[in-house]
Amino acid sequence: MVSNVEAGQRPAPAARSLNRQRLMLLVGLAVLLVLPLFVPRYWVFFAGLLGINIVATHGLNIMMGYTGLLSLGHAAFLGVGAYTVALAQAHLGLPFWIAIPLAGVSAAVIGVGFGLPSLRIRGLYLVIATLAAQFILNFVFVHWQAVTNGDVGLTVQPANVFGFLLNTETRVYYLILAVTVLMTIFAANVIDSRVGRAFVAIRERDLTAQVLGVEIVGYKLAAFALGSFYAGVAGGLLAYFNRFVNPEQFGLLLSVFFLSAVIVGGMGSMLGAVLGAVFMTVLPEVLREGALAIGTTLGFDIASILVPLRETVFGLLIVCFLILEPRGLAHLWTRLRQKVLRSG
Amino acid sequence: MNSLQFFLEYSIVGIASGGVYALIALGIVIIFKSSRTFNFAMGEMMMLSAYMFYTAAVTFSLGILAGFAAAIAGSIVVALVIERFALRPMMGRPFIAIVMVTFGIGSIIRGLVGMIWGPNDLQIPPILARTPVMVGDIFIPGKTARASAIAIAIVVGLILYLRYSRAGVALRAAAADTVTAVSMGIDVRKVVAFTWVIAAITGCISGVLMANVNTLTPHLGLVALNVLSVIILGGMNSIGGVLVAGVIIGWLEAVTGLMLGTAFREITPYILALLVLLVRPTGLFGTKGIERI
Repeated sequence: MVSNVEAGQRPAPAARSLNRQRLMLLVGLAVLLVLPLFVPRYWVFFAGLLGINIVATHGLNIMMGYTGLLSLGHAAFLGVGAYTVALAQAHLGLPFWIAIPLAGVSAAVIGVGFGLPSLRIRGLYLVIATLAAQFILNFVFVHWQAVTNGDVGLTVQPANVFGFLLNTETRVYYLILAVTVLMTIFAANVIDSRVGRAFVAIRERDLTAQVLGVEIVGYKLAAFALGSFYAGVAGGLLAYFNRFVNPEQFGLLLSVFFLSAVIVGGMGSMLGAVLGAVFMTVLPEVLREGALAIGTTLGFDIASILVPLRETVFGLLIVCFLILEPRGLAHLWTRLRQKVLRSG
Repeated sequence: MNSLQFFLEYSIVGIASGGVYALIALGIVIIFKSSRTFNFAMGEMMMLSAYMFYTAAVTFSLGILAGFAAAIAGSIVVALVIERFALRPMMGRPFIAIVMVTFGIGSIIRGLVGMIWGPNDLQIPPILARTPVMVGDIFIPGKTARASAIAIAIVVGLILYLRYSRAGVALRAAAADTVTAVSMGIDVRKVVAFTWVIAAITGCISGVLMANVNTLTPHLGLVALNVLSVIILGGMNSIGGVLVAGVIIGWLEAVTGLMLGTAFREITPYILALLVLLVRPTGLFGTKGIERI
């Protein structure tokens, strides 16, 4: 403020860079809007998947990156959202604009149900409770035949937007784009608010936070519920995206996937969540193409080791980033930018 | 056969499988005590040991004894490498970061094993006799009974060793107060490395035993996730607690399997873990006061 007055008409450098950031965001958004017109269909499909992963990663980042609540059951909460959409549509005939928020709410309620006992205790207990949630929920998806149709799963009709069916990649893409942008803006605003600062205070030192008047249990619950809500919404989108829901989609490997996304991107950074989700979504594709290329040149079958290869690489990324660059890609990006700005 | 006898038979089989759980849990608890590191990779270390045993004993046809010695040596090397290169750099970092590192290591080992040995079941050479053991009228499968006897003997032996040896005292000193332990001349790094070696050995034995009772697959490591509930029930830092809790969990798994169908076996430990968290988070024997907020 002060510098603004001193500088007269010219906006301060901070404000100018903020304006430029806004401009960049708008340009980016415009590009995303027209993207399906110019790129092949497979890319549009891929962009849709990317959006879903970004929403889910925001959720885990709110819990883990900002509040320090580690969840190993994120995939299962996506599952809750996906099944909510499938069931709400099949039995109640609810439209997507009710079904998707409902998916988020049901994931939040079930998440809090699992997390409540251990959120009151410091230490490792939440990790174990969320791992228990992962296995118990997956068990329910497989074995509650009457509702979930077991291993076969449920089919989902395309979302109906005022009589307009979202039955192609491009049409679902726009739904996902809208939800992803909304959820990202919302997350950024929560993190910027008093609530977000309370989350960070709890992560840094919960006792100090309490002394300063932060209601720890309440905010921890809020963070956990919010993170699960994001997972549920992502799961709901996934149901409309794949048009079927089955238990196999929501295994432990997917939870490890989101864990890696948050760590690789940079815990406690909005940019990090996006970068991490993008990196982790692209990585399996690169791995597959790379492995297949190597396989064909060397003349042996690599397709069978793709899943273990993926597990190995996810694990390596988690370990290496935690040891070498705990602030993740977001930090690398900032450093790179500073270097470029300084030299330029 | 009447239903009471059925129940007794399932109970005894369950208690017997609890012995191996206790052995796995011991490896996790001992590392946790020395360095506050909760090792989520224990199951994968155990599975890797069983594969190393298979490779040494079958592929290189060293036979059972030499194969087992090679597997133990290999497991110790793996454990020390993990400790030195993944966990020592993490000293002093927030505990969730450390948990995630061990979780990542588990993922790496699971993937590597899948790539090297493939996803199919392997049959390791039989170590344990199959002849069933009869207790009165009750029939216990031979492998389960013998695996359990070996596991329980080792757990009891280790508990006594840690109770009375100098190494055990050093471990407890480091667990109680690291700074004081260091100032009294205890090399805490050595203590931590020592607990990883012990965990490697118990992991190797339990891995070979598990692979003998079941078959050897890359999923063998997931058993250790069931063991989490043993640790929660026993109390996170109680070495003696694992034995009692292991037996209880093994029994509960078998009995719920009998009453509700085998599918329920998989999630019994998790439901129990949640209940313990709800009712008594310290577990049965946990000593340190739980910090409620």
